[in-house]
Amino acid sequence: MNEHLQTLTEIRSLMERSSKFLSLSGLSGVSAGVVALIGSAVVYMRLRTDWLSVLSYDRLGKYGIGGYREANQFLWQTAVVVLITALAFGTFFTVRKARQQGQRVWNQASRRLLWALAVPLVTGGIFCLALLHYRVLFLEVPATLIFYGLALLNGSKYTVRDVEYLGYSEIALGLLALFLSGYNLLFWTIGFGVLHIIYGTAMYWKYDRNSAQKMGVNPTS
Amino acid sequence: MKDLLAHFNKAFESKARLSIMSVLMVNESMSFNGLKDLLALTDGNLATHLRALEEAGYVLVMKQFVGRKPNTTYQATDAGKAAFTDHLNALEAFIKTL
Repeated sequence: MNEHLQTLTEIRSLMERSSKFLSLSGLSGVSAGVVALIGSAVVYMRLRTDWLSVLSYDRLGKYGIGGYREANQFLWQTAVVVLITALAFGTFFTVRKARQQGQRVWNQASRRLLWALAVPLVTGGIFCLALLHYRVLFLEVPATLIFYGLALLNGSKYTVRDVEYLGYSEIALGLLALFLSGYNLLFWTIGFGVLHIIYGTAMYWKYDRNSAQKMGVNPTS
Repeated sequence: MKDLLAHFNKAFESKARLSIMSVLMVNESMSFNGLKDLLALTDGNLATHLRALEEAGYVLVMKQFVGRKPNTTYQATDAGKAAFTDHLNALEAFIKTL
């Protein structure tokens, strides 16, 4: 009896483990969120303007051509630094979790997850480059949020369910930002900073803490 | 009790074979190495179980070359999926009677 029950449990776990990448760490989300918050703070201080009006359509008009180019370049560089740092921290925590679980990081499930994320993300990236090219800077924020949300939604099939809800949240926020373009930096900060921290923390409590305890590591100490 | 056990499939008697089938149920196809990592079996052991499943007509073997390296992937056949589902149902029914 017990043997059969155990077999069923193992089958269920094997089905999930083999088709989904479950080593995604909540701390990856939290670290990406913190990096995004720092990035937003830097932009906020550098452009010396209030949270609500920075990056808006009207505001950029006031910079003049030289100011526009400078602001453009600054935002561009900050975005790249934030992206690379967030990815580096995110990868670090997820690789660490996979090692703790004794799982491979590079397997069929993680390859599928990466591909599912990459297609919408690269599409979004090229789309945003086009926006930059045509100088429609105020649409960058909604576009990054929407494409990122779609990427998460697409990738959520191959990982924990929470990623799907994060995807919906990012899409909703992006659509909202589309019509409230005066609040761009605020939306960006909520989408990439606050939401990452909220979902990352939730995922950490739900999955990582337990697996750390199972491994005999006490995360609170 | 005997009726219930009649639906237990001999091909799935070993846990390794049951595990192989459960992986192939949710993945369209899986490479030999992918299966090896998931199930933590030795090459010889896994190959034997896969051959048994292949002979039963439950698993389809596809050999390809990636560059010069041979790459063997496995797929569950429709018959294999049906047999696996029947076996699981029998297992479930058996547990419920206890």
